[in-house]
Formats: sequence, structure tokens, C-alpha cells
Amino acid sequence: MNALAQPLNLPPERAGTEVRLRGVTRSFSGRTVLRDVTLDFAPGEFVALIGKSGSGKSTLLRAIAGLDDGVDGSGTIAVPDDRSVLFQDSRLLPWKTVLRNVVFGFRAPDAEARGRRAIADVGLAGREDAWPNALSGGEQQRVALARSLVRQPRLLLADEPFGALDALTRIRMHGLLFDLIRQRRPTVLLVTHDVDEAIKLADRVLVMDDGRIVLDRHVGLPHPRPKSDARFEALRTSLLAALGVSDDV
Amino acid sequence: MTDTAGSNVYSPYLPQRGHESEPRPGAPAGALARKPSRLAFGRLPRGGILFGPVLLILVWEFASAIGWLSPKFLAAPSTALVTGYDLLVSGTLAEHFLASAKRAYLGLGIGVAIGLALALAAGLSRIGEASIDGLVQIKRAVPTLALIPLAILWLGIGEVMKIALIASSVMVPIYINTHAALRGIDLRHVELARSVGITRSEFLREVASPGALPGFFTGLRLAVTTCWTALVVLEQINTSEGIGYLMNRARDYGQTDIIVVGLAIYAALGLGSDLAVRFWERRALGYRKALNS
Ligand SMILES: Nc1ncnc2c1ncn2[C@@H]1O[C@H](COP(=O)(O)OP(=O)(O)OP(=O)(O)O)[C@@H](O)[C@H]1O
Ligand SMILES: [Mg+2]
Repeated sequence: MNALAQPLNLPPERAGTEVRLRGVTRSFSGRTVLRDVTLDFAPGEFVALIGKSGSGKSTLLRAIAGLDDGVDGSGTIAVPDDRSVLFQDSRLLPWKTVLRNVVFGFRAPDAEARGRRAIADVGLAGREDAWPNALSGGEQQRVALARSLVRQPRLLLADEPFGALDALTRIRMHGLLFDLIRQRRPTVLLVTHDVDEAIKLADRVLVMDDGRIVLDRHVGLPHPRPKSDARFEALRTSLLAALGVSDDV
Repeated sequence: MTDTAGSNVYSPYLPQRGHESEPRPGAPAGALARKPSRLAFGRLPRGGILFGPVLLILVWEFASAIGWLSPKFLAAPSTALVTGYDLLVSGTLAEHFLASAKRAYLGLGIGVAIGLALALAAGLSRIGEASIDGLVQIKRAVPTLALIPLAILWLGIGEVMKIALIASSVMVPIYINTHAALRGIDLRHVELARSVGITRSEFLREVASPGALPGFFTGLRLAVTTCWTALVVLEQINTSEGIGYLMNRARDYGQTDIIVVGLAIYAALGLGSDLAVRFWERRALGYRKALNS
């Protein structure tokens, strides 16, 4: 079942600021990769970040995740502790079964039952005791998604999590991500290189170029969002223009 | 099928009409034979590895039977077999074997424990690495045999000296391989561990140790053969029991059959230990077998 096919009845956004970045700068051996990034994400906001390869998207996401100590830089970042990172690779521990990977570091009294439920949610019921190496690439990605889902984080940071997937699996994963959002309305930062994916899923799209946010647009379209919609088209054209690409290639 | 290329155009990439119905010689239509790749050797059938050793024994037996090999030079395999059986029945073999096994495995156990402890200390802390790694590298460069004189001066010529030397030679491969595996731990796994917020001891237990396990097993496979190798030399020194003693005494009396029995036992123990470690390794690292990509 495709969650995108139905209109969403989302709970109202919580007021305030969930993620706050002020003048965030990062550089690697003298080369500046993030330049004075200032951003606020509202609670429950779904933000997509697009940009050319090497523009600094992953660097920004890692800074927000707090995984970049040791990197030169300045600025302040305030984020909730309750956050979960979905990496571009599935990053499963090969010596742990699917279930053990999903509940890895998850400290809830009913962790195991919730882990099983999350595995079923991503369509892998029955594979709880399989080794990651025995799964296909798409299945491994789904286990990684289950690992994020089960934590029901307040902030989900996803770095091109669907990049390595075929179009069909991707659509299923979009549906799963939407289910997660419907359940608990986390704040989401989704890094992607797919403009359509960004418009389809996000409340707000950021375009990054050479370490700067060069465009910040609210999507403001009702779900579902067919590509044939004129507003979808218009938004895509302006995003592509900000990326320096024209649509009619 | 539709004629895409036009009937007067020949293209090697398009199926030509006239060829469609004619099966190519030797290739049944529709059947794709699964030939083994020529780039890799096919796997040996079960037990195929025994071919070389069996051939050697046959040639050896033959050479002894027709008198090319004098028993003074080397006893025939069949003679050695009979001698081995006699030693077994009389209980002599068991006594010497147990003495040897006790030394080897005691030394192995102690050496593995020390090597592992040092590897963990060096692999998981900077101070540990700074103080331990250089020393072990130096120890590695010094052959065990070269330590015998000092070891005798310090520990005497008894069992303690022998076990200590075995342990010290076993410790090296365990340390080197486990330490390298700990150092080479996948940084992406470290990052994941940080992002899910686990404690340091959980990290040790659930990420670092399993990550270093393949290296430990490589070290252990080297160690089980090392401990027997060290034993051979050490059992030449002041002892009245052990396989090495048995062989030395046989040398004095020119009994090549007993020497062959001793060699066979060393070989069997070395191979057996390696087999046991590999069996354990396969079970502990079973998750790797399912490689999919
Ligand atoms: N650890 C590092 N050391 C040195 N340079 C780095 C490091 N990490 C990133 N960079 C550099 O910073 C720049 C931005 O990298 P980043 O990974 O943020 O790009 P990105 O926008 O995520 O690109 P992609 O879409 O290809 O993933 C790149 O030029 C990269 O070479
Ligand atoms: Mg990236």
C-alpha cells in the first residue's frame, strides 16, 4: 500500500524551533565547505536538502548529527538529543542478525517487540534472524530504515538513504518514511540529489551550493503531489535553476 | 520477429534470419551450459588434498621395499606404523604424548591470554599502544631460539622455562593480528555506534570485539602451529618425557622408525589443531559466509 496515495491528516506542527543553526562554518584543511549557514527547522517540519555533489550537504548533516568533532569550524548548533541518523550506506553490523541490528543501542523495555514490529513494517517479517550479508542491497537499506523507525526519533537525519535503490523500492521506502512521519511527526532533514523526491515529500526544500544555502522554498502543495501538477512543475524549474541546471535536457 | 535492420543490411549485432532455426553445432538450442570459469581453478573434490601425501607415502614405501631406502637412513612407513602401534599398546606413547600436549597447550593458553590482553590494551588506548606495540615488534624480531640461553638462566631448565618460551612465541601472532584488526576497525561502524549512543563497554563488546575476531582467528591459526614448533626445539633440553625426548633418544640408537612416528605425531597434532581452529572459526564467523554482493 502506498501511503503517498492518500491525503495525510497530520497533527498540527509544534510551535517553536527544533533545530537551530547559527553561522555554522566548517572547513577541511583550509578549504571551506560550509559557509555561515544559519537555519531554523520548526518541530515536525520535513526539510529536503538538495545540491550538487560536493556542495557540502553531507557535511551539514554530519554537523547537525554531531558526528563531526575534530573538523575545523565555528558557529552554534542546537538540536534535540533524541535524533537518529540514516546513512547513505545501510551500515549494518555484519555480525549481528537483522533484529539485533535494528535494536542496536535501543534502550526501551519492549525493544525487542518493537524491533520485530519495525521489521514487519519495512516488509521483512520472517527475516529477523538473517545475517545482513544474506540480504539484498535494498533489503539492507530497509533494515537501516527499521533501525531508525524503531527509535521514533524527534529528529531524523537522512543522507541520501534511497540513493542506491531501484525506482520501485524507492517508492515503497517513501511510503514507509511517510508512515513514520504520520505516527510521530518528527522533524526530518532529508539529503537527496533527486529534485522530484524532494518536492514530493518535503514541506520545505533547501538548495545548497558551494557551502551556502542559496534557496529556501516552502512547497505548500497538498498531498499527494502528482508531477503533472503545474505548481510541481514550476517549483521544479526554479529548484533546477538554483542548481544551475535547465529542465529541458 | 520484425525485421528491424532491413533485409539487405547485415549487422553482426542483429539476429540474421537465416540462422535462427539452425542450431549452432555443439550447442543445444536454449540450453546455456554452466561451465566453470577458466579464471579460477575449480574446487578440489572432497579429500582431494590428500592426493599428494598419499602419493609420497606410496613412493616412500616402494623405495623402502626394493631397498633403495635403508632403514638406517629412513624407516619404511609400514615399519613406523608397526612401531607406533607397539608404542601405543605399551602405553609409552600416551605418556610422552600427554607430556608434550600439556606443555604445548599450557603455553598456548597462556600465550593467547597474554597476546589478547596486550592487543586489547594497545588497540584501545594510546598509552597502551605507545608502551606495548614497540616492545612486541622487537620481541617479534628476536627468534624464540635466541631467548633460550637467557630463559634457562632465569627460569632454569625445567618445565617453567619451556612453557614460558612457548607462551612467548605464541603471544606474538595473536597480538599482531588482533591488534591490526582492532586498529583497522571500520570507521563507519564506529560512527554508527556513536549515532545510536552506546556506552564504551557496549562498544567494546558489540562492535570492537566482533570486528577484531577475524584477526584473532588468523593469529590463533598461526599460534597453534607455533606452539608445536617451539616445543620440538624445547624438548631437546633436559627432559625425560615428551615426543621430542622420544625422538632424540631414538636418534642416539639409530631407530629411524621411532623418529618417523614422532614426526607423524607432530604433523597430526599441527594439522588437527589447525582443523579445530578452522572449525571454530567457521562457526564463530558464520555470518560472513552469506556474502551476497
Ligand atoms: N573528511 C573530509 N576530509 C576532507 N575533505 C572532506 C571531508 N569530508 C568532506 N570533504 C570535502 O568537503 C566537500 C563537501 O563534501 P560533502 O560530503 O559535504 O558533499 P556532498 O554535498 O554531500 O556531496 P555528495 O552529493 O557527493 O554526497 C567535498 O569537496 C569533500 O571533498
Ligand atoms: Mg553526501
